[in-house]
Amino acid sequence: MSDKSPASPQTFRLKGVSCAGCVKKIESALGDVPGVDDARVNLGDKTLVVQGSAAAQDCIAAVESAGYGAEEVRASARELREQQREDEQNHYRQLLWRAGIALGLGIPLMAWGLLTGEMGVHNTFQQMAWGSVGLLTLAVLIFCGGHFFTGAWRAFRHHSATMDTLVALGTGTAWLFSMLVVLVPQLLPESARHVYFEASAMIIGLINLGQALEVRARGRTSAAVEKLLQLQDANARVVRDGDEVDIPIEQVQVGDTLRVRPGEKIPVDGSVVEGESLVDESMLTGEPLPVKKASGDALTAGTLNKNGSLLFKAEKVGADTRLSQIIQMVKNAQSSRVPIARLADTISAIFVPSVMIIAVVAALVWYNLGPDPKVAHMLVVLTSVLIIACPCALGLATPMSVMVGVGKGAENGVLVRNGKALQQATGLDTLVVDKTGTLTEGAPKLTDIESDSDTDTLLQQLASLESRSEHPLAEAIVSAAKEKNLSLSEVTGFEAITAHGVSGDVDGKKVLLGNRKLMQREGIDSGRWHKQAESLAEQGRTAMYAAVDGAVAGVIAVADPIRKDAQAAVQRLKKLGLRIEMLTGDNKATAEAVARQLGIDHVHADLLPEDKEKIVADLQKGGAKVGMAGDGINDAPALARADVGFAIGAGTDVAIESADVTLMRSSLHGVADAVELSRATLRNIKQNLFGAFIYNTLGIPIAAGVFYPITGMLLSPVIAGAAMAFSSVTVVSNANRLRFFNPSHNSSADNGGKK
Amino acid sequence: MTSLLINLSGLAAIALTVWWFWLAAKGNKQQSVSVDEKLEIQVKDGVYEPDRIRVSAGEETVLHFRREDASPCAEWVLFPDLEVSAQLGVDQITEVTIPAADAGEYPFHCQMQMYRGTLIVG
Repeated sequence: MSDKSPASPQTFRLKGVSCAGCVKKIESALGDVPGVDDARVNLGDKTLVVQGSAAAQDCIAAVESAGYGAEEVRASARELREQQREDEQNHYRQLLWRAGIALGLGIPLMAWGLLTGEMGVHNTFQQMAWGSVGLLTLAVLIFCGGHFFTGAWRAFRHHSATMDTLVALGTGTAWLFSMLVVLVPQLLPESARHVYFEASAMIIGLINLGQALEVRARGRTSAAVEKLLQLQDANARVVRDGDEVDIPIEQVQVGDTLRVRPGEKIPVDGSVVEGESLVDESMLTGEPLPVKKASGDALTAGTLNKNGSLLFKAEKVGADTRLSQIIQMVKNAQSSRVPIARLADTISAIFVPSVMIIAVVAALVWYNLGPDPKVAHMLVVLTSVLIIACPCALGLATPMSVMVGVGKGAENGVLVRNGKALQQATGLDTLVVDKTGTLTEGAPKLTDIESDSDTDTLLQQLASLESRSEHPLAEAIVSAAKEKNLSLSEVTGFEAITAHGVSGDVDGKKVLLGNRKLMQREGIDSGRWHKQAESLAEQGRTAMYAAVDGAVAGVIAVADPIRKDAQAAVQRLKKLGLRIEMLTGDNKATAEAVARQLGIDHVHADLLPEDKEKIVADLQKGGAKVGMAGDGINDAPALARADVGFAIGAGTDVAIESADVTLMRSSLHGVADAVELSRATLRNIKQNLFGAFIYNTLGIPIAAGVFYPITGMLLSPVIAGAAMAFSSVTVVSNANRLRFFNPSHNSSADNGGKK
Repeated sequence: MTSLLINLSGLAAIALTVWWFWLAAKGNKQQSVSVDEKLEIQVKDGVYEPDRIRVSAGEETVLHFRREDASPCAEWVLFPDLEVSAQLGVDQITEVTIPAADAGEYPFHCQMQMYRGTLIVG
């Protein structure tokens, strides 16, 4: 491929390769292709790796000329998923075919039995006729159900019993008994000369049909990961030797320079080299406003370039991008177990051999104590118990719900680390919240400016002065001036007076900005502005006096503003039954002012970072189930100590790695979403477990014939087969109901989810 | 006579089930396979083959799973004690990284516990 770096190896998947001879033939064929430096075949995974600058098509042609097949391997997550989906489709079609053929034989046979009642062998003609049907059924068992038998045999050799074991035993027993009736009817009492070929064929057909429906329903459970994968483009525009060429995304390498045009998605993580543009990062960070990107700014794969053309350098590609890490984390969490699954696991592990024993015991009871025809009853009970008792539904009950629940979380910007965290989040009764950056914006802003004269003029003077200062509050004032497009003036005689404020000359005027002590030190009467400053301080704001040429010109206040949605989120969390406690390193007055506005009753102020962990531990000692919400890095010890740590708004690699739950947007609504989601998921798991347990605990006695004294009928093995086939479908379908979960507050758009 | 034969067959079937799936399975611990670069663990027909895999203690190891069984049961492999799991692609080799672990036996299985194996760390 001309657009490929000569150094990067190309991988091909081989077809028809089976021995060392094939390896030599292919390697030798590749040796003649210009540009191939090295070609190695891996017989184990049937792949070919070619080093050099040879074109992929030439390599494939060489392999084909040697008599084999080859296709280029593209290992991007999306392509793997597409391949997997294709495999699933093939498997689905295969199962449908098998079901169709088996039911094509089983249904007419069953209809014949129901309409005529002639399923017995009493003469030579019936022997011949049912013998032919028996051979047809055998063909169906081999073609449509052969995998059950080979699976059962392999598992048996490993001292293991699986679902295949039950199906093979059930259908095999029915067929063998029927053939015994056909071949030597005289060995059996008249009443037991009944054939069950229709049961064998129907069971195989129904179980294949059930599996087909399960495959289809399962495909929907991973929809969330697919949505994340869709954030990635398949191609990237790379600048090579001055030209811009489109190449598959998996061929992009670290250090490559890429062009991204307006309306295109950023293909990999990197930093801007040239150009300016607005980038919509909402799908990853949840920030609703596009972010301006210029030279040196970081870009994240999956985000959308809005209006400008950007040239950027690739820094993280493939599995290293943040999007890939998120996808990987979601996939890992989807496959993790929840503690509630332990019971089902224990039962699953011993279930199948236990069922085999129960089936034999039930069959013997019917044979020894049951009414005539005893042999027929024994066989029906044995087959029905074996078939109905498959624990598939039990095994699927928790993984399916976790898969959908975790995926649903990702759609709403809530990344759950594992199933355990998902379960623990349901039982939380206390939430401790870090103030700065969680309840507040985390960056001080100018909140008030009051003056007798023009406020913009005063702001321009103060911002000019503060532009020389390194104090954190100074930045808020300078930013406020920039937002109003005020141009700053030169400052002379600047002085920072420790614990008082700053002074300097701006446009020929002596400007002072600081606290009351500064005014007193300079002999300036604060007059009526004092009351105003006091009022601002009571609201948790840092108030300062501004003086120009020896007279107070006004007051300004700077504060870390409370997040717009914090109050609603706190109320929502309270409604969910959580007690909210605030943690902060700020002074008590500011903290209490914030708490008052948000309706938080418990405040821990003036804390050092290590104090936060201690508070969490103390609450736990008091019996509380504590969740901790913080920004994920400086709150790490407390997050780790809590029963569930919610890393808010960071979305950084560190937070994703360490927190139990990462919220991709800096909103406390994410915590409420996570709690609601976890409760919905656990409820769904409990429904599934209840259904599966009930199914097995009721299914076995019914199949064993406990209702016979009342109904005078035994459960048909065909009905048992249908029940087994559809039990898993029911569980998977119930799990899929979680896909319709929506948080009670429409905050998905706020915290990174779909709109 | 027939009755006795059927009852004895039934009892023998129960005894065989208990012995083969529980007693003999527990005693069948001698056949474990060491991991090397070429070792592939086949996922097929309800079993992992080999199903007893030996790795060194305190070292990260990569296991190669080849899933040949398209049935949904075989889709995931879980090592619950090691908090490792992986989705296995059909007809593909999937690398599963096992973190350094202390000596001991760690079961692994599919999500339905039908496919089962043991990782022996020693």
